[in-house]
Amino acid sequence: MEGKPVSETAPASPTPILEIENLSISFFTRTREIPAVMDFSCTVMPGEAMGLVGESGCGKSTVALAVMRDLGRNGRITGGSIRFKGRDLAELGPRELRAIRGKEIAMIYQEPMASLNPAMKIGAQLAEVPILHEGLDRAAALDRAREIVAAVRLPDPDRILNAFPHQLSGGQQQRIVIAMALMSKPSLLILDEPTTALDVTVEAGIIDLVRDLAETQGTSLLFISHNLGLVSDVCDRLCVMYSGEAVETGGVEEVFGAMRHPYTQALFRSIPVPGADKTLRPLVAIPGNFPLPHERPPGCNFGPRCAYFVAGRCDAQDIPMVPVEGYARHGSRCIRIDEIDWAHPPAPPPVAPPLPPGEVVIEARNLKKYYETRSGAFGGGMAKVVKANEQIDFAAREGETLAIVGESGCGKSTLAKLLMGLETATEGTVLLEGTEIQSRPVEARGPDLLRRLQMVFQNPFDTLNPSMSVGSQIQRAIEIFGTRRSEADRRDRMLELLDLVKLPRAFADRKPRQLSGGQKQRVGIARAFAGEARVVVADEPVSALDVSVQAAVTDLLMEIQRKERTTLIFISHDLGIVRYLSDRVLVMYLGHVVEIGTTEQVFRPPYHPYTEALLSAVPVPDPKVARKRIVLEGEIPSAMNPPPGCPFQTRCRWKSQVPGTLCETEVPALRETAEGHRIKCHLTDAQLATMEPVIRVAD
Amino acid sequence: MLKFLVRRTLTMVATALVLTFVVFWLTNLPPNLEKLAKSEASARMTDAEVESWLERNGHAQPLLKRYGEWLGVAPGWTWEAADGTVSGRCIPRGTPPEEAARFCGVLQGNWGLSTVFKQPVSDIIATRLGLTGILMFWVMVLMVPSALLLGVLSGMREGSRLDRGLSTISIASTATPEYVSGVVLIVVFSSSLVGLRWFKGTAASAMDGITFENFFLPVLTIALYGMGYIARMTRASMAEVMTQQYIRTARLKGAGFGRVVMRHALRNALIAPFTVIMLQFPWLLNGVVIVETLFNYKGFGWTLVQAAGNNDIDLLLGCSVVAVVVVLVTQAMSDIGYVLLNPRIRVS
Amino acid sequence: MMEVIGWSSIFLRLAGHLWPVWLALVVLILPSVLYRRRLGLYGRLFDSPIGIVGLLLVAFWTFTAIFAPMIAPYDPLSQIAQMKNEVPGTMRPDGAGYYLLGGDNLGRDVFSRMVVGARRVLAIAPAATAFAFVVGITLGLPAGYRGGRLDTGLSFIANLVLAFPVILLFYLLVTPEIRTTGLPVVLAAVLFLFPVVFFTAFWNSRLHMRQTARNIAVGLTLVIGLWAWSGLAFNADPLGVWSMDPNLLNVFVSVVFVNAPTVFRIVRGLALDLRTRDYVAAAQTRGEGAWYVMLWEILPNARGPLIVDFCLRIGYTTILLGTLGFFGLGVSPESPDWGSTINDGRRLLTIAPHPALVPALALMSLVLGLNLLADALREESLKD
Repeated sequence: MEGKPVSETAPASPTPILEIENLSISFFTRTREIPAVMDFSCTVMPGEAMGLVGESGCGKSTVALAVMRDLGRNGRITGGSIRFKGRDLAELGPRELRAIRGKEIAMIYQEPMASLNPAMKIGAQLAEVPILHEGLDRAAALDRAREIVAAVRLPDPDRILNAFPHQLSGGQQQRIVIAMALMSKPSLLILDEPTTALDVTVEAGIIDLVRDLAETQGTSLLFISHNLGLVSDVCDRLCVMYSGEAVETGGVEEVFGAMRHPYTQALFRSIPVPGADKTLRPLVAIPGNFPLPHERPPGCNFGPRCAYFVAGRCDAQDIPMVPVEGYARHGSRCIRIDEIDWAHPPAPPPVAPPLPPGEVVIEARNLKKYYETRSGAFGGGMAKVVKANEQIDFAAREGETLAIVGESGCGKSTLAKLLMGLETATEGTVLLEGTEIQSRPVEARGPDLLRRLQMVFQNPFDTLNPSMSVGSQIQRAIEIFGTRRSEADRRDRMLELLDLVKLPRAFADRKPRQLSGGQKQRVGIARAFAGEARVVVADEPVSALDVSVQAAVTDLLMEIQRKERTTLIFISHDLGIVRYLSDRVLVMYLGHVVEIGTTEQVFRPPYHPYTEALLSAVPVPDPKVARKRIVLEGEIPSAMNPPPGCPFQTRCRWKSQVPGTLCETEVPALRETAEGHRIKCHLTDAQLATMEPVIRVAD
Repeated sequence: MLKFLVRRTLTMVATALVLTFVVFWLTNLPPNLEKLAKSEASARMTDAEVESWLERNGHAQPLLKRYGEWLGVAPGWTWEAADGTVSGRCIPRGTPPEEAARFCGVLQGNWGLSTVFKQPVSDIIATRLGLTGILMFWVMVLMVPSALLLGVLSGMREGSRLDRGLSTISIASTATPEYVSGVVLIVVFSSSLVGLRWFKGTAASAMDGITFENFFLPVLTIALYGMGYIARMTRASMAEVMTQQYIRTARLKGAGFGRVVMRHALRNALIAPFTVIMLQFPWLLNGVVIVETLFNYKGFGWTLVQAAGNNDIDLLLGCSVVAVVVVLVTQAMSDIGYVLLNPRIRVS
Repeated sequence: MMEVIGWSSIFLRLAGHLWPVWLALVVLILPSVLYRRRLGLYGRLFDSPIGIVGLLLVAFWTFTAIFAPMIAPYDPLSQIAQMKNEVPGTMRPDGAGYYLLGGDNLGRDVFSRMVVGARRVLAIAPAATAFAFVVGITLGLPAGYRGGRLDTGLSFIANLVLAFPVILLFYLLVTPEIRTTGLPVVLAAVLFLFPVVFFTAFWNSRLHMRQTARNIAVGLTLVIGLWAWSGLAFNADPLGVWSMDPNLLNVFVSVVFVNAPTVFRIVRGLALDLRTRDYVAAAQTRGEGAWYVMLWEILPNARGPLIVDFCLRIGYTTILLGTLGFFGLGVSPESPDWGSTINDGRRLLTIAPHPALVPALALMSLVLGLNLLADALREESLKD
């Protein structure tokens, strides 16, 4: 069986839309050739949705660009072929290529704002496609545009056609990009992380739209994402990529039902699922780091991080793709496919028992933050009050993790800034171990206060000063906090901290650019704990990291927290990770706390209607997990212009159950529904009690 | 919009006031006034005589007062001599003092009298500015299109051979100041050394009638130096635009390269150079001064040099006002133009 | 009729005179090329043809300036009446060699003047640019980082200076009359104080938690800085080490004054951008002072664009100095600096072009080299 490549042809079927065979792509720099994709094969049949999954740098976008023949000056196809409806794309001349682009194959990418020309009206940008490909005149093209804009469920098409891109919201922009791709009814639509830049509840709407349109128009999809859950939602088949190679491919049910590659399995086991808690579905981090393109190991690329690695075999030869027995079109690139007991993966590490919470360490009472902003083109305009935070109340105990959850614009980052003293509160109090700190800006806090309250930042590429060595940055923090007197002591402490975050001591002399994202984030954590912090505010500390690294950094954060009995305030939009690590959860929407309670309470009905929608919007890859689909209408309102009454009333699906115009006129009170569980909603207890769980885990 | 314009105008007026005051102060420093007295009256005056001459001519008053007079917001000085005749800033020779106006400064249209040319400053500046205007017009006609073309061509395919070649040309042109390129051009095209003699090495005759022969070299000299800079800016802007996602969108829509450049890249790429071109005006003034001196074309720049070299205070002040106004107006135009060209700022 | 040699012979002899430059170039370039992979950004210049040409041009003129006394065959000021406007390659009447690039209108050796002129230009332009940078950085960082009133005020002043036509400013500032008013000294006193302030803040912000180290660093900065300051600005150095010719001071101060606002604007823009970075927020949340954040977190990360601009600005300053010379506002009337020489030569341009052409080409090649170098630096620093 070993060594025989999978033939990717479906049994007796029409010609595939897209057929990629043994594709290899390299990028050439002045000094060397960097292979980006190696020996990649996949087939997309008419009407089929194919998913490409993998972490950043695995080559999935490169494949898409190769299909579009748009690899840039440095990229080149070094082997294999790409056939579109039977024609080899590599042999097309520029004119034939232009006839295919936009007409037969269309593409949608990650950043909707960047994909639209800022100086051209939406209508002109949409109309260009049929004008180019079908020779339509302007009026006819605009009519077509109007139809398609309506088809992507955008309100008021005429206004939108006359708008410039920046006048639309992110979700609307992405709908326009989709509309543009559909203008000439292509037979293949490539979507490259189409929703990564959007909020979860907006993402759900876009995904629904894409699925419906593809179904009604019979378009084939090549859906590229790092998110296993999204792919399993949208696609019929998928192909998992790791470090330039496809490692496993097959139908969605087959791959998730019977994983036959250690990477797929490890990736799956490292993703937290909001429906399951630590004990039911423990997280297993993948050790190590993604290899750089020019530092790939011999043999299996995943070898060094693989639990089933056998020296001398896995690293001895190139590993071919082999078919998985018993399944059609299911293949895996694992040499030990027949030896591994796939049903019983290695046991996860034991889960530590929860810490008994101690005294209240940090507390916010009736905290408010209002900004005054000026809008308008020339700096004049009306002064507007933005209510970034409204009446925030919470308390966090020693050793406890309090999660703050919400989408963009909900005020969670403002709250972090308030706690850290980067902003001062408009009203209310913040107490840190009994000291009032709400109106003390960071300059006025003094070393002892600063050292007790520290922060971990979101963006790993931004969190460290690029021109200073890692060690000296940690050492500087120790020096500033004044906890160690002599230079030698400080150096020792710095090395201890590197040990604490499980980085080799040799990293002390490295510059941040020599570190991977996960390693940088570890340094950021070490720096935050440099002065034995009592409270650490972590603002989305893992959301910018690759999936396989997220679990490891999360585990590390929890481990240090246990060791130091630190209070962790964990800000995130990712409900999965929140469920996994937090003791209590606070859900925010448009500056309001809409729900607060223990993790158990928040993730179980009764929910606040927003929490319910948020939970349902999270795509889950696990076929054992069933969830109810609730797609919210519209977009998150701007904090500059919040709706009257309940902040969530514009999108709430329960609003009709509340009599009269209560929701539109009055902000509901934060009402206690159970011990420690409070919900800000007009629904009665009886109505709340009728809510069903959004997520069910089958046994 | 209105508020912005009002604020912008106020800043401009404040800037103009401060700058003219500084020029006034620097031109009216005691050593300059002493020199003025000696050149106007007699070179062999004693210190005491200088003192009294200054007093008689209104130069001994406080600086602010004199500035106010020049500006036309303070009443002009008067001096009653021992014999009872009254002279003063606003009293022209031969008219009775009673009929004279109280204020006679720039605001009243009185720019003073040039000591070198013995003419009213406003007349001199008007004619000279006209001559320079013609020069600048041709400079712009030559410089702007060629610079934009150069920049767009090299920026549309960054790193290509065409780009390398054109970039080197524009770098070389920014590295060659007018007094170098002027010298080289004269040597090549109008000296006996090379012997081409296609153009004239002086533009003095251009003041009476412009011909290609007498005007091309000065125009080219100014245009060359500014061209490289605008081309570099255009190239950078164009190259940046060409890497944007929406250019890829356009390409993957099936638009050809020409269409991508013309319809999608150009407008976005020209926003930045527009400001640069506008801000070039004050910089070009430098070139104008150099070239007019080098080619002996008696325009505004040449006048400025004469005024500065001969301590002609009123003329120098007049020139400064014009220069400062030109700079401020172009700055404002560049700001407003940027906003108008950029739909992202305009509507939000 | 005097003996005249041909062009090939002239070039051979010129190359011979320039031997110290060739030697120094070899010493510089060989190791650089060999170890270029370990030399960071500088090493990567050798990967780009533009960078190599730029570096060679700049190095050529730098070494010419350094070895000027060894290279120049004759005294740049000595006049020989018979050699007036003689063509390149003319033998001196005493038979002791040739005026390789001819004689000027006073019968001085054009080649020697060009070589010594290089020294004048390269002594002033980089130093003046460096001062402008220190001034621009010291003011631009707080303006961009702090914003508010401070920014509004400083930006207004910077725009004020920028709105002043340079040539007019020079006509007003670089005159003999101005010197008698003491204005240049006042300006110098203000401008030269900036490096002292800058380095004091630099060390103090870094070392304020370590008392002894701080006291030594700040103390040394203050002593050396104020000593140099008293000498350069007021010519009052008791030991006589630091001093500056008043005429030179006037030119120097004006050039710094003209350049500083542009640097200010660049630094302000960079600071505005970099202050939103998370590492700046991290520094703030651990209680770092404003100067630490500005000088140790923001400035080092702004170095790329600043280095590029520094190269460009030396070129621009060279052009400015030439402009000054061209209008006879230069260091001194006899000075062999390139601008003044071009000005002297331009009147006889159509008859004897070489006295003006030689310094013109020299200046152009130096500025071209600096521009190419800046361009290559920018391109290489943007890669990977």
